[in-house]
Amino acid sequence: MKLTAEEQAMLAGGAGLATQKAMQIIVALAEIYEAAALVPVASAQIAGISYKNLGGAGLEFLEEWAAQGARVRVPAFMNPAGMDLQRWREMGIAPEFARQQQRVIAALITMGVESTCTCTPYLVGHAPRPGEHLAWSESSAVSYANSVLGARSNREGGPSALAAAITGRTAAYGLHLTENRRATHLVEVHCGLRNEADYGALGYLVGRQVGDGVPYFRFLQETRFLQEDGFLTRRENLMALGAAMGASGAVALYHIEGVTPEAAAALAPLRAFGGPQSAVPVPSAPLPAIVIDTLAEAYAALDSPLDEIDFVSLGCPHSTLADIERVAQLLEGKRVKATLWVTTSRGVQQVAEQQGLVARIEASGARVFADTCLVVAPVEEMGFKAMATNSAKAAFYAPMHSGLQRRFGTLEQCIAAALTGRWTGRRESGPC
Amino acid sequence: MLKLHGRAIYRGQARGTALVSPAAIGFLGGVDAETGMVVEPGHPLQGQSIVGRVLVFPTGKGSTVGSYTLYRLAKRGLAPAAIINARSEAIVAVGAIIAGIPMVDRVDIAQIRTGDPVEVNGEDVLIG
Repeated sequence: MKLTAEEQAMLAGGAGLATQKAMQIIVALAEIYEAAALVPVASAQIAGISYKNLGGAGLEFLEEWAAQGARVRVPAFMNPAGMDLQRWREMGIAPEFARQQQRVIAALITMGVESTCTCTPYLVGHAPRPGEHLAWSESSAVSYANSVLGARSNREGGPSALAAAITGRTAAYGLHLTENRRATHLVEVHCGLRNEADYGALGYLVGRQVGDGVPYFRFLQETRFLQEDGFLTRRENLMALGAAMGASGAVALYHIEGVTPEAAAALAPLRAFGGPQSAVPVPSAPLPAIVIDTLAEAYAALDSPLDEIDFVSLGCPHSTLADIERVAQLLEGKRVKATLWVTTSRGVQQVAEQQGLVARIEASGARVFADTCLVVAPVEEMGFKAMATNSAKAAFYAPMHSGLQRRFGTLEQCIAAALTGRWTGRRESGPC
Repeated sequence: MLKLHGRAIYRGQARGTALVSPAAIGFLGGVDAETGMVVEPGHPLQGQSIVGRVLVFPTGKGSTVGSYTLYRLAKRGLAPAAIINARSEAIVAVGAIIAGIPMVDRVDIAQIRTGDPVEVNGEDVLIG
């Protein structure tokens, strides 16, 4: 493996003990994954923030690394924490948990990591540029950065993303290399997808089948690919699709024909995709094909047969301003019966607050929490029994991570459940 | 005495009695950071202590924050003396580095039995 003079100096301890440890981690990972070199990263997104997952061991290490002088060299920001850092009491978080969570945040802030606490950094000023190398770790953020924004990141672990932030480098393997960004599976979708829940259901099915492959979607039905927010489909739909594939599988990059930026290159012969100029294009073998003509199996797997709902969770991935607006409209002048959380980033929460949306939503009894989400908050200690969500990812993880049975449907169906305390949602009958 | 040769993930020298797992080990939730006992239900090593042993297993698994469990074990003097993997992955490798536990991979672990005296030295593994 080739290291630059600066990288060698870091490894030798020239930039201090803490940086040396970080470089040892990066170099060991480069060796494990047989990378030929390291690559400078534009930013790092660090998972393993919630004290629920990190525990005392992680806290102890982060505090010691911070005390040793570990400091980030590139912009670095945190994944969601186990609580809203300001309103944790309202969430029902135990004071002891809150104290330990604050220590985690403080140690990372000492290292220079921004307490952005979101899985959607690309919505709050941290959108990467196409082609930029990143060390991001939360699976839905990695998927969005690669697939929709055309940046390049592997699914880093929490500790390795932090080491990348401290050294400004990551190992050049996997999705940093052009040849690994080509499609590995062709997915023909014969369903008309109607909303974010359908996109999530599709992602759940495809993730299970392709593992860590690179699916290429071809939508053969009208799928509401209308120009909206400057995208060919709603941004929220793509967030739901990627998040689900990152949960049921390990998909970090997907392509959609006519939609995502690298789709055309993903099927082209190697040479056209940026391989050696002299290479003769190899007639490629047909990709393994997956035909999706029903989503019923996904809805059967993600939707438990429950009538009564006491907890409704929206915002996995973190809600966009557009979705917060939808929620505010649906709740106008009404009162919720079940607990309803909308989780989002601090940045989006602040804008929503300025626009009066938070007050409108909370007048119904619902809450807009920032910095956290259902997947990483200690929800299992809050006494909820039955949840409703519009996130296939949240529906996938809830039984395992939070001990909750759940209903899975659209945002509108979830709001209806919050208002009545009952699930009345029925999928519209359609071709799927 | 049998000598095996692998790849040093974290270079160091250590001796101990081998504890061999036929199954992958996930440290977050799989090993108790306060006692060094394997606690994963149904795991072949469930109920056994990894403290001071040369821990031999095919590869790591589970959450990436499991790296920190190895660190905490080391801080409390409960870490394995060394780690030998067939194929290293990021979680255990990062854990060994931050915890300072000598670690070797690309070793034919079928040659090692639980109870064997084992020495790890750089990329070399000496059995017997």
